[in-house]
Amino acid sequence: MSIFLNKDSKIIVQGMTGGMGAKHTTLMVESGANVVGGVNARKAGTTVELGGKELPVFGSVAEAMKETGADVSVAFVPPAFTKDAAIEAIDAEIPLLVVITEGVPVQDTAEVVAYLEGRSTRMIGPNCPGIITPDESLAGITPHTIAGKGPVGLVSKSGTLTYQMMYELRDFGFSTAIGIGGDPIVGTTHIDALQAFEDDPETKLIVMIGEIGGDAEERAADYIKANITKPVVGYVAGFTAPEGKTMGHAGAIVSGSAGTAAAKQEALEAVGVKVGKTPSATAALAREILQGL
Amino acid sequence: MEYQAKELFAKHGVAGALGITVETPEDARAAAEKIGGVVVVKAQVKAGGRGKAGGVKVAKTPEEAEEHARAILDLEIKGLPVNRVLVVPGASIEEEYYFSFLLDRANRSYLCIASVEGGVEIEEVAKTNPDAVKKIPIDAGTGVDEAKATAIVDEAGFPAELRDQAIQMVQQLWTVFTEEDATLVEVNPLARLTGDKLEALDGKVSLDENAEFRHPEHAAFEIREEADPLEAKAKDKGLNYVKLDGAVGIIGNGAGLVMSTLDVVAYAGENHGGVKPANFLDIGGGANAQVMADGLDVILNDEQVKSVFVNVFGGITACDEVANGIKGALEILGDAATKPLVVRLDGNNVEEGRRILNELNHPLVTQVDTMDGAADKAAELANA
Repeated sequence: MSIFLNKDSKIIVQGMTGGMGAKHTTLMVESGANVVGGVNARKAGTTVELGGKELPVFGSVAEAMKETGADVSVAFVPPAFTKDAAIEAIDAEIPLLVVITEGVPVQDTAEVVAYLEGRSTRMIGPNCPGIITPDESLAGITPHTIAGKGPVGLVSKSGTLTYQMMYELRDFGFSTAIGIGGDPIVGTTHIDALQAFEDDPETKLIVMIGEIGGDAEERAADYIKANITKPVVGYVAGFTAPEGKTMGHAGAIVSGSAGTAAAKQEALEAVGVKVGKTPSATAALAREILQGL
Repeated sequence: MEYQAKELFAKHGVAGALGITVETPEDARAAAEKIGGVVVVKAQVKAGGRGKAGGVKVAKTPEEAEEHARAILDLEIKGLPVNRVLVVPGASIEEEYYFSFLLDRANRSYLCIASVEGGVEIEEVAKTNPDAVKKIPIDAGTGVDEAKATAIVDEAGFPAELRDQAIQMVQQLWTVFTEEDATLVEVNPLARLTGDKLEALDGKVSLDENAEFRHPEHAAFEIREEADPLEAKAKDKGLNYVKLDGAVGIIGNGAGLVMSTLDVVAYAGENHGGVKPANFLDIGGGANAQVMADGLDVILNDEQVKSVFVNVFGGITACDEVANGIKGALEILGDAATKPLVVRLDGNNVEEGRRILNELNHPLVTQVDTMDGAADKAAELANA
């Protein structure tokens, strides 16, 4: 078991023929993920060889789904076209849409998130590393070589911290690791992932990585208290971030007393989540709990 | 800044005097003459509390405007020098209100905040009488049309005689918010002037940097003289850099990992005389020699930096590329590289990466295998 993505997932790539799209489609194919094609209206009807696999290019997401039975789309389209690409995928009723693109205007994302309301698609991202269910499938850019299958469910805003934590706990392995993205507004939240891991029998422990900005971690803490029975270990990045400066991610900014790492740590610890001071210390906390299970 | 917000307001028809922005007392006098009558001279800095700091003054004559401008241009407000003042017509204010549109992260949509009880004192009102501050959710899918604007105005409780003007202004401000790709549009105060005229007297607009590609005209709003010189240099080279005050320079890949690196260095610094991180610098995924050299160049030019910590987890990027990047950067920089480098590589192709650096055997480079251990070493070197 896993969340949102498994060995049966059939993946198409929007923007497969672009630089980023081609590079990561190759890596996805090499990881063993079942990539079945791509979308590019201007190259419809052609095929592209990536990772040793001949992949058909379709004119639209709907057509790709009809021809291949795809149920996951990974989007690598440039920021200016991301909104339209997302709406196209949502209109085609793709079950899972993973938007990797960094630099999407936040009003575009807000519009897409509003559009998702009442529709069947789950969106992950934008500005995220995507999702990996080790040894089964990969929809995104997370390296598949870091860690294998295991009992840890991981949700994080950040890509490299996802990789770092997978590396720290590679001896245990992961049910699914999901990077939800560092923008102020994202499609899938910490809370969505927490509930999915709670419902996934394979996941025995959840590691949640947050960072400064907004109050998603505080809301996740409230949610954990009311709904999550599995052990959760947390890490928050950005204790040293000064007020008013954006720390790389568009959403990572402390404004006034809002969004500080200390406030997030306090909120998580108040509901019994053990919070590590560093990624390694966080992994040590997780390890201790896993060994006692 | 205020005068820039006002330019955006004027562009979309929001009522309120644009005024004249000047940089010298003499020009302030000329501006006052041009406007005629009583004027207000206002310091233009990116900080609140300008009035309390003596940065806003009423002038009855052009001579007085020149005098006030001279005094205000000498001020520092919250550490920021005042380089320009805005001269606006004096207004007889009868009532002050507050109005804003902003991004609502919690609800993944937008929010309108409005209050007819106090403008500039809005934070006080929010504390003492929170019911007077209306928070009205906006659906990002449908936005603000005339009906929604009417609902906002009625919920906020604007006086009946201002209702039509308010409905129009709310729609215009929404246009500013959406067409300019703002994350905040604030009018404070929104004022009722003599003769029941509604005007935006002061305002603030925050723009979404991600949307710059569809607003080339916004580049003009950036005032380079006020940016930190190292930050300006980094920006020229396309680097994601934030200057901080410590002694340990930081280079890493990925925003989350770099943020985490700053924290780990600050913790390690507690054991080494309290040294702190000197900067945030994310070189992103493709850390080639040139990007690494550009990054090192910026950091080594920071006089406060005593040591540098390069913290890379090879995800997509292979560690051997990063190691070659460091090697190439040291070659490019030559004698300009003078400060010790602590390098921690992990992940994709780490053995090869470490081998390259071992073979390089550069006197400034120390390799440490773990992030916590490397942070400790970098802090120790910065405190030496």
